[in-house]
Amino acid sequence: MRAHETTHHVQFVPGSEFKRRAAEVVANPFLKKSFRGAMDFLMMKRAAQFPDPELLERQRDLAEHIRRYSLARLPELLEQLEVNLKKNGVQVHWAETPDEANAIILDICRRHDAKLMVKGKSMVSEEVELNHAMEAAGIDALESDMGEYIVQLAGEKPSHIIMPAIHKTKQQIAELFAEKVPGVSYTEDVDALIQIGRDVLRKKFMEAEVGLSGVNFAVAETGTICLVENEGNGRMCTTVPDVHIAITGIEKVVEKLEHVVPLYGLLTRSATGQAITTYFNVITGPRKPGEKDGPKEMHLVLVDNGRTQAFADEQLRQTLQCIRCGACMNHCPVYTRIGGHAYGTTYPGPIGKIVSPHMMGLGATHVLPGASTLCGACGEVCPVKIPIPDLLIRLREEATHEAKPGHAPMFGQGAGKTAFASFAFKGFAFLYSRPALYRLFTWAATRFRFLTPANQAGWTKSRTPLTPAKKSLRDLLAERSKH
Amino acid sequence: MSARENIFRKLRAATTAPLPSPDAAIAAHYASLPRTAQADLARVQLAKDFAEKITAWHAEVHIVPRSTWVDKLKEVVAAKGIASLLYAPATTHGKALAAAGVAGLKPYDQPIDGWKRELFENVDAAITGTRGAIAETGTMIVWPDADEPRLMSLVPPIHIALVDADTVVPTLYDAITQQKWSAGLPTNALLITGPSKTADIQQTLAYGAHGPKELIVLLLTGEDAQ
Amino acid sequence: MDRHYPAGPRPTDVYFFATCLVDLFCPEAGMDAIQLLEREGIRVHFPADQTCCGQPAYTSGYADQARAVARVQLDLFPNDWPVIVPSGSCGGMIRHHYPKLFADDVALKAKAEALSGRVFELTEFFVKVLKVNWKGSGNSKKVALHTSCSARREMGTHLHARELLAQLGNVELLNHSHESECCGFGGTFAVRQPDISASMAGDKADALKETGAEKFVSADGGCLMNIDGTLEKRRDSFRGEHLASFLWHNTERAGEKE
Ligand code: SF4
Repeated sequence: MRAHETTHHVQFVPGSEFKRRAAEVVANPFLKKSFRGAMDFLMMKRAAQFPDPELLERQRDLAEHIRRYSLARLPELLEQLEVNLKKNGVQVHWAETPDEANAIILDICRRHDAKLMVKGKSMVSEEVELNHAMEAAGIDALESDMGEYIVQLAGEKPSHIIMPAIHKTKQQIAELFAEKVPGVSYTEDVDALIQIGRDVLRKKFMEAEVGLSGVNFAVAETGTICLVENEGNGRMCTTVPDVHIAITGIEKVVEKLEHVVPLYGLLTRSATGQAITTYFNVITGPRKPGEKDGPKEMHLVLVDNGRTQAFADEQLRQTLQCIRCGACMNHCPVYTRIGGHAYGTTYPGPIGKIVSPHMMGLGATHVLPGASTLCGACGEVCPVKIPIPDLLIRLREEATHEAKPGHAPMFGQGAGKTAFASFAFKGFAFLYSRPALYRLFTWAATRFRFLTPANQAGWTKSRTPLTPAKKSLRDLLAERSKH
Repeated sequence: MSARENIFRKLRAATTAPLPSPDAAIAAHYASLPRTAQADLARVQLAKDFAEKITAWHAEVHIVPRSTWVDKLKEVVAAKGIASLLYAPATTHGKALAAAGVAGLKPYDQPIDGWKRELFENVDAAITGTRGAIAETGTMIVWPDADEPRLMSLVPPIHIALVDADTVVPTLYDAITQQKWSAGLPTNALLITGPSKTADIQQTLAYGAHGPKELIVLLLTGEDAQ
Repeated sequence: MDRHYPAGPRPTDVYFFATCLVDLFCPEAGMDAIQLLEREGIRVHFPADQTCCGQPAYTSGYADQARAVARVQLDLFPNDWPVIVPSGSCGGMIRHHYPKLFADDVALKAKAEALSGRVFELTEFFVKVLKVNWKGSGNSKKVALHTSCSARREMGTHLHARELLAQLGNVELLNHSHESECCGFGGTFAVRQPDISASMAGDKADALKETGAEKFVSADGGCLMNIDGTLEKRRDSFRGEHLASFLWHNTERAGEKE
């Protein structure tokens, strides 16, 4: 079957569009079924990796400890990382904003007269919209992770941080390849499709002057970056071209290689239910004299883009513990129903809801922290124990209030404040903190229950109206004591 | 002010309460795992576990006595129809291969810059040594160097690796601490667990995404361990 | 979530915190819970000034308003008796979030912490503190169970409810698919994101119905109203019942346990 009807082109959308996009996906039974199937599969695979809940708890405690320790020493560790990277011959760059990051990378490319950049998977490069910037400067930036390659070919954005093309069926990919890759005819055979991608990209690895990668862990003590992958495209990007540029957020640093081990073990198990990935690529500098391959030049770009804002606050700092495993989205009932694109952010799902406000501001994102039932499935599976529901509540507060005295306002502070909500909650507090008034209210609500509106905003769209009982519990109790 | 200064100024402005180093907790955790706790776990058992695990990761494992691995390799080369086998001439195993006159040997003796295309298009397989292996996950430890460069285990469609059964350790943590990785890492250190793979199309597993499609492990043992 | 339950004599008196939902929307469930407690020989005290735990404001980011409401509840339970809540999410609010709400005020924080320590969700109290020994009455029945997320994750209610139902002998508990998944209520979420919420509620209703159970039970009023409202809108006759009501109508005491 060629599934024309399910082709789903989505670009980044502002937060206000969230509701409309979500409604669109929810109304599409085909998409709903495919997301549910994919998420069920991932949840099952993860669960199989953690048969012993007590052991898992110990592992999560340990991982949380490592991440919190690293963040508590973040400035020192970053300095140490920089010193050791330089010692190893790596050039270190700092960028506060996406534009700065792109300018740094563009500048390196220009110095090498680069026409083609091959890219390994990097969510930070998505975050700064590097491809856009490269394109504008006339440099081809080609994604080489299979999922990213597919998504780029389709002119879309990743819909999941680990599995970028999870929203696409093999029929859609077959059509896409047949249409976009010269000399390829329609095939739904997955091995054949992967072979097509392999052939195209191998040529590009040879041609590219620059390879770009993300970073999973940076090690301060040794001046090392670690990359986690299954495909080998990350190794290609970091080994074949003459120049390797790695880009990462400033929070990714840990002190020692030993600290990476428990995190790596939880990352792959939480993400896709694998005990380990095919490759763990530990890079400690460019090609040394005498070595026969590897890049001749290596750079690391460290990006802030709002992370210092999260860091400034002890509670919000926990956001930076994240190791980007994606388990929170795989287990999220909201993500399962709307997929990644509806969020309109680089990072979708629960992690996206807590990290995007720092990157894009609450103005563009204040809807997101509210779009959760606070069911807690995310926090329960997070391998580094980020209390995601608590952070959602905190961001709801920041989105609807002025900054507290003595606190610097967040980017977009108070952007979600509405007169109606403030009024409603003031009314709530007024009524429910006055017991006598509340009693009067329940008295009236039960007596005049016939006045209950039949249309109750979003509630009655799919439910019958909420109607107070004929008698409240306190009435029933009062009656009983009379008998 | 530079971006660097701004970032550090903001980070330093935040109050952070120091936390104890996790070193001891990490060590205790690995010591508590059944696998590491049995420090005297027989080498033979570790090697067996490794072989089982990496087989599950889609590698082809041949257990061979140290003295006859070259013969086994010849068999593999013939069975797979390998016409061009990349090898590292300066290594001990490389010398053994050359001495045994294995057919189709191609030395990696020039910087890649001059023969990239040839490596990508005309080499069927490469053989490398390893620095050890990990039983828990079925993982090989590969430290490429000037003699045996990085691309050997990546570009050719078949990767043949020699793993000495005596070098298998229980966990990655054991490998990193016992081999003192932090005291001197090479420019590139690798863990390799199976051939290259992807599940990016509808969660369907496919091998040979970008790297080797096949991984063949020759697990070298003493004569008696057969 | 692991809670230490004090050994010692059975309490003779408890406070009952009905929650605003039970008070106004499902009072029979509150009545049935009280009767179940009384059946165990316990005196139930209903502080007349109780209103709401403050959760709607708290989870919406209106901490000051939540505090104002919570502040009133803090004074309602002067004696050192257990406080029984027939709703896991409201119980979780008092137990886990009150101490955080009053973190900045030493005296109130101490009060909140003391209260937090003696708050029990209804089924938790039956299973863990009273260690009740009940048996089913009437015909055998097949039911499904939905546990609210905060009850599950903050109070372990899914385990307690299962344990109670398992005692009865004539009640078969049928498992539904995606049992631990949220029903899409989430307080104001149901109103703010009606489409996502409807999709979740619809799936939950389907899953519960597909078990073939005659009804489903739940210890949380919010979830019940959400799922039942969805079923009613569909003109489906399948319905849920508050666990307290189900237990009151379908069980009897089976003598003291050792
Ligand atoms: S927040 Fe936790 S679960 Fe989500 S991606 Fe980050 S580490 Fe994984």
